[in-house]
Amino acid sequence: MGINLPLIWAVIILFGVMVYVMMDGYDLGIGLLFPFVAGKDDRDVMMNTVAPVWDGNETWLVLGGAGLLVGFPLAYSVILSALYLPVVFMLLGLIFRGVAFEFRFKASEQHRHWWDKAFIGGSTVAAFSQGVILGAYIDGIPVVERGYAGGALDWLTPFSLFTGIGLCVAYALLGGTWLILKTGGALRARIIALSRPLSWALFAVIIAVSAWTPLAHPAIARRWFSLPTLVWFSPVPILVALAFWKLRQSLRGEPQAGPFVLTLCLVFLGYTGFGISVWPNVVPPAMSIWDAAGPPQSLGFTLVGALLVVPMILGYTAWGYYVFRGKVDASRGYH
Amino acid sequence: MQLARIQFGFTVSFHIIFPAITIGLASYLAVLEGCWLRTRNDVYRTLYHFWSKIFAVNFGMGVVSGLVMAYEFGTNWSHFSDFAGGVTGPLLAYEVLTAFFLEAGFLGVMLFGWKRVGPELHFFATIMVAIGTLVSATWILASNSWMQTPQGYEIVAGRIVPTDWLRVIFNPSFPFRLAHMGMAAYLATTLMVGASGAWHLLRGRDDPAIRTMTSMAMWMLLIVAPVQAVIGDFHGLNTLEHQPIKIAAIEGHWENGSNSGVPLTLFGWPDSERETNRFALQVPHLGSVILTHTWNRQFRGLKEFPARDRPNVAVVFWSFRVMVGLGFLMIALGAWAAWARWRGALYRSRGLLRCAVFMGPAGIIAMLAGWITTEVGRQPWVVYGLLRTADAVASHSVAELSLSLALFVGVYFAVFGAGIHYLLRLIAVGPGADGTMQVAGGPGQPRHALRPLSLAPDPLGKPRGGASTPG
Repeated sequence: MGINLPLIWAVIILFGVMVYVMMDGYDLGIGLLFPFVAGKDDRDVMMNTVAPVWDGNETWLVLGGAGLLVGFPLAYSVILSALYLPVVFMLLGLIFRGVAFEFRFKASEQHRHWWDKAFIGGSTVAAFSQGVILGAYIDGIPVVERGYAGGALDWLTPFSLFTGIGLCVAYALLGGTWLILKTGGALRARIIALSRPLSWALFAVIIAVSAWTPLAHPAIARRWFSLPTLVWFSPVPILVALAFWKLRQSLRGEPQAGPFVLTLCLVFLGYTGFGISVWPNVVPPAMSIWDAAGPPQSLGFTLVGALLVVPMILGYTAWGYYVFRGKVDASRGYH
Repeated sequence: MQLARIQFGFTVSFHIIFPAITIGLASYLAVLEGCWLRTRNDVYRTLYHFWSKIFAVNFGMGVVSGLVMAYEFGTNWSHFSDFAGGVTGPLLAYEVLTAFFLEAGFLGVMLFGWKRVGPELHFFATIMVAIGTLVSATWILASNSWMQTPQGYEIVAGRIVPTDWLRVIFNPSFPFRLAHMGMAAYLATTLMVGASGAWHLLRGRDDPAIRTMTSMAMWMLLIVAPVQAVIGDFHGLNTLEHQPIKIAAIEGHWENGSNSGVPLTLFGWPDSERETNRFALQVPHLGSVILTHTWNRQFRGLKEFPARDRPNVAVVFWSFRVMVGLGFLMIALGAWAAWARWRGALYRSRGLLRCAVFMGPAGIIAMLAGWITTEVGRQPWVVYGLLRTADAVASHSVAELSLSLALFVGVYFAVFGAGIHYLLRLIAVGPGADGTMQVAGGPGQPRHALRPLSLAPDPLGKPRGGASTPG
């Protein structure tokens, strides 16, 4: 056919997952920060900053799942059966949290605290599960004869638990810096105070994962420190240090959008590091995107639809963010 | 494997209810708006606003329950995804893309644009949403029908490779299934609307809006229920041609007698061990009449197929009877309503109205029974004739599956229970009770909510607190 369809699909899926992590990251983070903010009005404001956009953010997850099934059915089947339990936990967390979003505002005073708890619990479970999925994925998935060859609890390792916590930290900081951008007054001051230690925590997490990953996975270590990769990988740690330094600086002054953008940069750089560690495998450690690709007839057929619809989704998402720009406060809502 | 099937069946059964009502309501809303534009009778507008709130909540729940489905094919049926992903993946992806396309383009205008675009453009958006829900269903039914009657593929290195997408999509059972399911969605919605109207009438709330929705539902029922029976008959003939074992199981037809028509077993208990029906009540020749449209021609019985290729006969037999029985009750209700209308008693006959309320969920139950019939009837195959369900399942331990099944059941009942409870309360408030669309925004607020659910009002009967809502 001349076109490298698996490559195109890999790029689409990588892009979709990246958008998902960045966007749903901050709205999950708001659930993680909920316990640290007590007042009802402040909690209302926190929720309202993401209320119009959160389900748009989650569409990327559906798209990622459907894209993986189309592009790499073998990878879809192997990954999802290997990570069965964490995926189920994640989905249940997302359901709870999505419904809490809607019904919290409609619930009576006596019932609202239940929906608050559902929101906190759902967000935490979803974020932690995603981190565990990430860690287990990097750990690698054994495959024998096109099927998952490991046990039910193989995903449960010290490394995956740590990446679970690590992703919660990253999401919490994304949520916090988003709130710095979108809120004002006492709530914003409280969030800035929370974001300072969180930024240190995220930095520590990045360093720990960067050290732990090559130590625990010799194959990834070889990949990182072999020559062509090393050259274009070397900017990543430098940029991380730079972004962190700028983030610390901006959190000290009267920050607006700065911290959020810089945290997004950190997450993006982490994602790049992850991409470099596994590319071009779709199921680490040994199955490449070409091994797992679906039939070209299927990839080509669906690509037409994806190329039509994905730009539209991007467009209306951007428009939605434009409509809801500006700060949210308790008395006036959006303006 | 049983647990994986129960889990999948449970989540998919929950899921199917919401899209079906979405399809039905979307078309109903398009009709209401069309009537309003033609007659400018405000009753239609009131009804439009009322049912669009229900539509919004229902759509939201469909999205949430659909998210689970997108992943369950991999978590529970990994070998199926690997084997048939080349066909089912793209069809599923197109369904998802259609749904997103809808949300992107027209749903926002339909739900929140009443004041911002002209009536013609708004009507156009409503029609597009209605068409879009049908297109979405088309993709998913193409995928399901292909699993029932696969064609247009070849098997390369143990995997399905599509060779002709037109043949894949327009596989033999697809047109019948699409028509049957589309009508089922309409019927389920019609019965829900009719029951809401009847409930209000019984409680003494008798205004033009309530009367109009009851009347429209009863007209619809009168026409669609018999049409559905005819489509179902054609669907049955098609199944007999392509999946004779399923028909034999539906009819509890074990073997042919010597040179005589096949009787129809009305009731009985199919006993797979003894290969016979116990306590059977039969009507001679009627089976031949229904399935071959002749008096004497025979069709193959279950004993002509090896036992390992047969589905669970009792389940298929009974779920089919539940569906057909409810279908006859629907036809009867439609006829009764027409008779009452002719006598001028449509809005007063308490017996009729009580029946209409009672039949409210019948469409949904019949739809679920129909799906059980066709899906269990396909067993032991997941892709008919190509892949057995036992070979498709992912290898999870019993403990793993029990845990996740328990979690799914608990969460679904809590979450969708709350959602359905809220829907019923909305219906109980009735049309016209809380004004029109500006509820969602508030005057002067440039608001375009992207969340379908935000269209529905806040705690019913309570004032909206300024702090608790954006906008």
